[in-house]
This record gives sequence, structure tokens and C-alpha cells, in this order.
Amino acid sequence: MRFIDEYRDPQLAAALVDTILRRTRRSWTIMEVCGGQTHCILEHGLDALLEERVTLLHGPGCPVCVTPLETLDRALALVERGAVLCSFGDMLRVPGSRGDLLGARARGGEVRVVYSPFDAVRLAAERPARPVVFLAVGFETTAPAVAAATRWAHARRLENFFLLASHVRVPPALEAIAAAPESRVEAFLSAGHVCTVMGTGEYEPIARRHHLPIVATGFEPVDLLEGIAMAVAQLESGAARVEIQYRRAVRPGGNPAARALVEEVFEVVDRPWRGIGVVPRGGLALRDRYAAFDALRAFPGLASDVAREPAECRAGDVLRGALRPPACPEFGRTCTPEHPLGAPMVSSEGACAAYYHHRAAGGPT
Amino acid sequence: MCLAVPGRVCELYQEAGLRVAAVEFGGVRRRVCIETLPGVAAGSWVLVHAGVALQELDARAAEESLRLLAEAARSGGGS
Repeated sequence: MRFIDEYRDPQLAAALVDTILRRTRRSWTIMEVCGGQTHCILEHGLDALLEERVTLLHGPGCPVCVTPLETLDRALALVERGAVLCSFGDMLRVPGSRGDLLGARARGGEVRVVYSPFDAVRLAAERPARPVVFLAVGFETTAPAVAAATRWAHARRLENFFLLASHVRVPPALEAIAAAPESRVEAFLSAGHVCTVMGTGEYEPIARRHHLPIVATGFEPVDLLEGIAMAVAQLESGAARVEIQYRRAVRPGGNPAARALVEEVFEVVDRPWRGIGVVPRGGLALRDRYAAFDALRAFPGLASDVAREPAECRAGDVLRGALRPPACPEFGRTCTPEHPLGAPMVSSEGACAAYYHHRAAGGPT
Repeated sequence: MCLAVPGRVCELYQEAGLRVAAVEFGGVRRRVCIETLPGVAAGSWVLVHAGVALQELDARAAEESLRLLAEAARSGGGS
């Protein structure tokens, strides 16, 4: 496929590995904050190719994984209360404190996997007698689709379409990680598609304040290696700038029309991230003008549920880059993709799942 | 979850007031919201995520970066 296959060229990748290894005079620690990148790194063994020169830490790059348990519990409660729950497929097997959405469907609840929030709006228009709730989880990448779908439902005067909105914003989480006293991160690869929408302006103060290079990077092996090479070149020269590797898709100002849509429908709020805690300005909530679409208002009583994380799951440490998944005592033993203790093992972008699927040592023994 | 796929815009139309396009991905056509790209036209390459076009792909930037990488690989220099 054009714009993808060229960035899987083994010769370009090998040359970049060579460049990185030759240019590093000491070992550097770089964190990527995107589950798609984490999976690419492990699938192609990029971490092993750069071993001893570059340590790659995997940050909280999986929106499914950072979604608080309460959100999932609320989704389950909505199904029990007769709503048609529409979700991206990633969320279906994530364990809540009382089971998962797949189980709710098996018990007769109506849980639909949709490709886009627009499909949920179409469903609501076709079935005006049933409340249809879209479980809106995701980074800034997903927010324009949800904003456009919500505005569409508003324009069509649909009264049975709702959002269970748990959108999060990446830059405040990078700030929280960089500011933590125990942080080992020396540079960030920021998630390419988040920057496609939002641009790179929000990263400038983080790069300055913490003297960290930040490189907006794509998702294919050549993209990641070039992003790492750019970060290493900055680290070796003592620079700390925001740069764009993923130039075919990222402009410094992002996509202004997409940003305007998000701005119209959502406002910035403080939001708990699983594993990190409450991140100031770390989430998006519906503006008052669109409050009629908020499932928490339409179904009173959902908000009071409080969920406790399972004690044996160390997803929080994994999400902060403090624990490598294979070092978790439960990894591959009591916690597998078939029987996950936490979201990072079951989400298609989770770091635990990446190690489990791509590393022989992580597989069943 | 942030996966986005490049596709080519075939035709533009409206669906109940929403600006959409038929976008082709390796032979498969899908309906994509283009409220996010006011200037997009048939023939453009766009990056699509969750049913919405996130951005028009910059073919010139792509070619230039690949050319630079290939030159660096040949000269043994790297970027």
C-alpha cells in the first residue's frame, strides 16, 4: 500500500540502525507513547537491534489501557439498563470489575462493534426507540471522528444517541511522566497520528522545561528508526527541540478543521489515567451545548460507581514505563490474552500483549 | 487504536447533511467523513481513522524523505 510499504524497506532500515549505532557515544533512554509503535518495535525486533545503545521504554500509548475501570463498569451498567452499546472492538474483552462487554453480550445485552462513531449515529437513526450509546475512548486521533459524529447527531436532532466519553489528551501525560522525579526518559517519540490532528505546538513547552528532544514519529519500521535517529542526533549534540519525522502526515499546526471540530464539541478537563492518576488537563468532556448527548446525564446513577483495580495487576507500572511486561510475576502465567488481568494484556495495542505475541519468552511455555 | 490507513478519494457527496467521500483502500471502497478537510478533492490521498479523514497526505514530503534516506543509505552516512 502506498505511503506504507516504502517505510518497510529492509535496506533503509538497516542503514538507519547502522547510523544510530555509530552515532551513539553513550546509551540513551527513549520513550514511545503509542501502542502501534510499541507493537512495531517488538514485532520487528527494533529494540534488540539497538540494544546497549538505545533503551526503548513503552509509555502509556494505549487509550484502551489508560481508560479507568469505572468507564468500563459504566458501559456494562448501560448494557444492563437496556442501552445498545457501540464500541470499537478493542474494548470488548477488557476486564471491568464485574466482567467484560463480551460477557454482557453473551448474557443477552446488545453490544455492537462499530468501525466508526458515525455507524453508531446511523444505528440510532434507524432505531429511534432504543438508546444507543457510543463508548468514546481514544486519544486526540479519535476525537475528531467523535466530535463530527456528535455534531451530526445534533444536526439530525437525534434524541437517542449518547456518548460515554473518556477521551484523553497525550501532551499532559508526557508532562506528568517527564516531571516525575524517578523518570528515566531522555527523549520522547510522540505519537504520529495524535500530532496529525493536533500539530506539535503543545510539545514545545515540555521539550523546553525538561530539556527533552521530542520527535513526532510514524508507525512503520523505517519511520521509527528515523525518529530514533533524529532523537539520538539531538541527544548527542545536547539539543532539545521538537521535530517532525512523520512529515507526510504531520504539519506543525496539525489539521485546523479537525482541531476546530474537537474544540466546538469538547472542553479540556482533568482526567484520571489508569496507572498515572489524575492528569491535569488530561482529558476531554462534552461542552454544555452538547450535554444532552452525555450518557452520564441521561442515565443518572452511573457516575457514583467506584471501581477498585485488581491488586495483582501491575498495569500502572507498565503504563509508566517503570516495569517491563515480562518482569511482571503474573505475565504469561496467571495473565494471558485469553485470561487477562488487565487491559495491557488484551488490548491490541497493549504493551503486555506486544511482548506476549512477539517474544518467544513471553509465549506459553 | 490510533491506526490510520491511507486511501484515495474517489467521489464526494453528502449523507443527511454530512460531507462524506467514497475512499478506496487497496480496492475496497468505504464511506469516510471529510468535514475535517474542507479543500479535499477526488484523487487526493487521505489518512483515515475511525471513519474520518485526519489529513491529506503530502506526497512530495514522502518522496523527499525517502530520497534523503536512500541517499544516506547509499553513502553509508544516515540522516
